[in-house]
Amino acid sequence: MSAVVASVPKKKDRGGPWLSLLAWVVGILFVLPVLWMVLTSFHSEEDAATNPPAVFAPLTLDGYREFFSGGASPWPPLLNSLTASVVSTILVLLLCFPAAYALSIKPVRKWTDVLFFFLSTKMLPIVAGLLPLYLFAQKAGLLDNIWLLIVFYTSMNLPIAVWMMRSFLSEVPVEMLEAASVDGAGLTKTLRSVIAPVVMPGIAATALICFIFSWNELLFARVLTATVAETAPVFLTSFVTSQGLFLAQLCAAAFVVSLPVLVAGFAAQDKLVQGLSLGSVK
Amino acid sequence: MTSVAEKTTSSPGTEARPARTARSIAWARRAPLMPALIFMIIVTQLPFVATLVISFMDWNAYYPDEIGFAGFDNFKRVFTDVNMRDAVLTTIYLTAGVVIISLLLGLGIALLLDRKFSGRGFVRTMMIAPFLVVPVAAALLWKHALYNPEYGLFNGAITWVWKLFGSDNPPQPDWISNMPLWAVIFALVWQWTPFMMLILLAGLQGRPLDVVEAARIDGANSWQIFRSMTLPHLRQYLELGALLGSIYIVQNFDAVFTITSGGLGTANLPYTIYQIFYQAHDYGRASAAAVIVVLGTIIIATFALRTVSSLFKQEANR
Repeated sequence: MSAVVASVPKKKDRGGPWLSLLAWVVGILFVLPVLWMVLTSFHSEEDAATNPPAVFAPLTLDGYREFFSGGASPWPPLLNSLTASVVSTILVLLLCFPAAYALSIKPVRKWTDVLFFFLSTKMLPIVAGLLPLYLFAQKAGLLDNIWLLIVFYTSMNLPIAVWMMRSFLSEVPVEMLEAASVDGAGLTKTLRSVIAPVVMPGIAATALICFIFSWNELLFARVLTATVAETAPVFLTSFVTSQGLFLAQLCAAAFVVSLPVLVAGFAAQDKLVQGLSLGSVK
Repeated sequence: MTSVAEKTTSSPGTEARPARTARSIAWARRAPLMPALIFMIIVTQLPFVATLVISFMDWNAYYPDEIGFAGFDNFKRVFTDVNMRDAVLTTIYLTAGVVIISLLLGLGIALLLDRKFSGRGFVRTMMIAPFLVVPVAAALLWKHALYNPEYGLFNGAITWVWKLFGSDNPPQPDWISNMPLWAVIFALVWQWTPFMMLILLAGLQGRPLDVVEAARIDGANSWQIFRSMTLPHLRQYLELGALLGSIYIVQNFDAVFTITSGGLGTANLPYTIYQIFYQAHDYGRASAAAVIVVLGTIIIATFALRTVSSLFKQEANR
């Protein structure tokens, strides 16, 4: 691509430096609130609440100390979030892979209808299913149980995962499959040794998106959990009302809870694009 | 991109086999699909059936002895409820506002990032950051660290700039009270612009550059190229971004709950239903509201799905 760009006559790119500068300015504006969050989390509560902002105030870990050991410990919610996200992501992968196989490589009849059924469940407002699930959980004694969230997060992400996986699986060259069936390989063997290696990047993209969406979810976690299975976003809602000088602690909390998503997202930027476009952009 | 599916279905000889083998082949094909399909039907469809049933019932958790059949009473109450009508409008404003603004901003930024310049990868990374902040954390950040009238960054920056020009009397607006819905919209636009930008940038980079090059040599200017080549190419990516963005923002709960707690005319449908159910414990009315929302969504989703479906057929035929 660089060759093509280089061959464009220079004079066509008149606004070049200004547009580059604009791109930088816009990028900095967008990242600024995140940087402000990180900086404030390392300030003392007094410096965090100044107007105009005390940008160069001395750094301290007090905000983090207060967050981790000031009141209720954030570790159980963080671990709950981790459990719910990781286990539901694994379940989604186990369910979506065979389904996507049956929708692309050896398609069932009316496979497009099935595909659109999956997408349509994503469009139904989840709040409409909230009450019956709550009543069911109450009757079954599953309120405040992390497994209920895991099952729900699996259903929340499965449609997206099926769409993504289908799109990746349809890239598998059909010759390789034919060669495998000539060799007498069964379904599991074909899945494992022929298809999986080709779509590994797709699996990574799917896993990343499912992890992020489960980690972020608030509404269901808030309604269906209490003290035992509380997740990190629910824990954060204790900061909704202001409590005196608490900005540094709030920023520390917001940063800690966002850290797994920030790390995973930055590490796999390209996977993020594939995932967000349901696999239609590679 | 011809998918494998087409090739497999159109392969000759499948129809000629005896009926029993054909049926077992059909089942063998269906088997891998079944776990996911059954799981989805149980977890997502059954609750909706239950919602439908409860919507015709008199059921408030505060009056456990008065559970019974209510007919259309709940629906009447929902339709005559001013709060519900406001919630519908708020949901439309919120979704349309966020999707349109973030799509336009995303398009502009994608065009900026589609050029070659030093630090392009770094700017792209900076741009993605807002999308990777947990939504509740982002909403808290906007509410307390940015919008707060006393120590928020916005008013802090205004004070700083005014001091720079020697003024001791800077305006210190209370952002959330003055423009509550816009406060929620801006916070969401900040989070969703990167999403739109990523999808559109990927679309831009999949553009056939040799055709653009040829047009440039033929004397087309940048605007002409954008209008007649880039935009048509981007159409499906714009539609994809708008569709996915709408799906998520229509259901937004986190930002409304955190920034305004549904006050000041920002309560959208998910928040309103949450309130009827979680605070008023009026299960019948919450279900009726949910059923109406589902019906409304089905109407809108039918159009949206038709769009995706046509894109999908284009893709399959290519």
